[in-house]
Amino acid sequence: MRTTVLAFAALAMALGIAPVSAADTDPALLTKATALMEKDFQSRGIAKVERLKQDDVMSLCTQYRGALPADVAKRVQAEQMATIKFPADGKYMGDWKNGDKIAQSGRGATWSDKPDTVNGGGCYNCHRVSGTELSYGTIGPSLYQFGKLRGGPTEANMKYVYGKLYNSQAYVPCSNMPRFGYHGVLTEAQIKDLVALLLDPESIVNQ
Amino acid sequence: MATVSRPLAYICCTLALCAAGLSAAQDKDPTAAAIEQYRQMLADGNPAELYELRGEELWKTKRGPKNASLEQCDLGLGPGKIKGAYTQLPRYFPDTDRVEDLESRLVTCMVQLQGFDREEVTKKPFGSASYQSDLEALVAYVVSQSRGMKMAVPQEHPKEREAYQLGREIFFYRAGPYDFACATCHSEDGKRIRLQDLPNLTQKKGAQFAYTTWPAYRVSQGELRTMQWRLWDCFRQQRFPEPKYASDATIALTTFLAVNANGAEYAGPAIKR
Repeated sequence: MRTTVLAFAALAMALGIAPVSAADTDPALLTKATALMEKDFQSRGIAKVERLKQDDVMSLCTQYRGALPADVAKRVQAEQMATIKFPADGKYMGDWKNGDKIAQSGRGATWSDKPDTVNGGGCYNCHRVSGTELSYGTIGPSLYQFGKLRGGPTEANMKYVYGKLYNSQAYVPCSNMPRFGYHGVLTEAQIKDLVALLLDPESIVNQ
Repeated sequence: MATVSRPLAYICCTLALCAAGLSAAQDKDPTAAAIEQYRQMLADGNPAELYELRGEELWKTKRGPKNASLEQCDLGLGPGKIKGAYTQLPRYFPDTDRVEDLESRLVTCMVQLQGFDREEVTKKPFGSASYQSDLEALVAYVVSQSRGMKMAVPQEHPKEREAYQLGREIFFYRAGPYDFACATCHSEDGKRIRLQDLPNLTQKKGAQFAYTTWPAYRVSQGELRTMQWRLWDCFRQQRFPEPKYASDATIALTTFLAVNANGAEYAGPAIKR
């Protein structure tokens, strides 16, 4: 057993994956913890107990502590990419001013929110976004001057940003970022406004 | 009421001073320095003391259908022994055959010794402007009796070890419409949400700082908040369903955090923004 663990650790390190100890991947323990949560959590307001149910990606990211083995990562990425619904009208960019309001708002989807609360993107919670808002988080990378540094609203850039907002796991498996489109947290129109926020040359992000 | 007004007036005063400090600190650089200064000023004159006093009175007063005080409550070190008790919780209790945190154990004592109804006691554990929570006051009193002592949460009993392991699984469990786990925000050093620093709870240093400064008086809410509240509000923002008060799942998660904090000096109840 010990040799197996060591061999796995060595292999994992060779592949550039953070070593995961045997205890971390004990499926019996995860099953037990899941049952415990199902017993001890209850629906409140819009936050129903069904939210505890994991899809394939959530389960794998939990099990591997966010560091998927290369083959699993490749499969997950392809599956998540297939979930992205790009806009039928072929237009990716909306209104950047509206995008900044969505980026500022961290509202929505908690048990203290109403069913008709308009969800925000909560972007500033984790990212620097504009140059003027100083209250920003650092869990994600800075997005300040995102479009300016990448050649602006090219077709490829717009498609990438739209896709990333829709399903971040299609690009970085086990990314910390919510899958806003996949979960229906943000609408197509809201995602378009956020694409504009990042890529429109007029946007405060690119000043 | 007269006892309340003085510390609150003091806080208002420190906030005003702090505003002046903020503008000065911003000249040379970051918000971080100013926030640190704000915290230091807050620490001077903590209204948590008022909760401690009320908690002590509740502890010693005969109450409930059995007309008994909590002075014979066993928090793990023997009946009535509260000095240092919080530094060794959560722990396994043979009489209930489960691992209990402070809040769960207080409920157990209120039921067993005082004859209160469990449902009644746990129905509304968190206070608000219009409602005082007895549990919050009792928690403030008990934890204050561990201030300055080293965290030494036991991992002897198999159920204590299991609680730790299950708590770790819960910590890494991703779910909900935002795909969040506790780990999403609390497994890297030096991260923030907006301007709020996030402790890395997977590392000793982060876990020690966070755990030893809860429970805390939250200035923004005007309430003393307990560890159960802290987890409850984290799960709310994680977009999870609601964890039941003092449930096994919350105690397991608390055990994971508390054991990671072992060796640090307990400093609560603290004061936070």
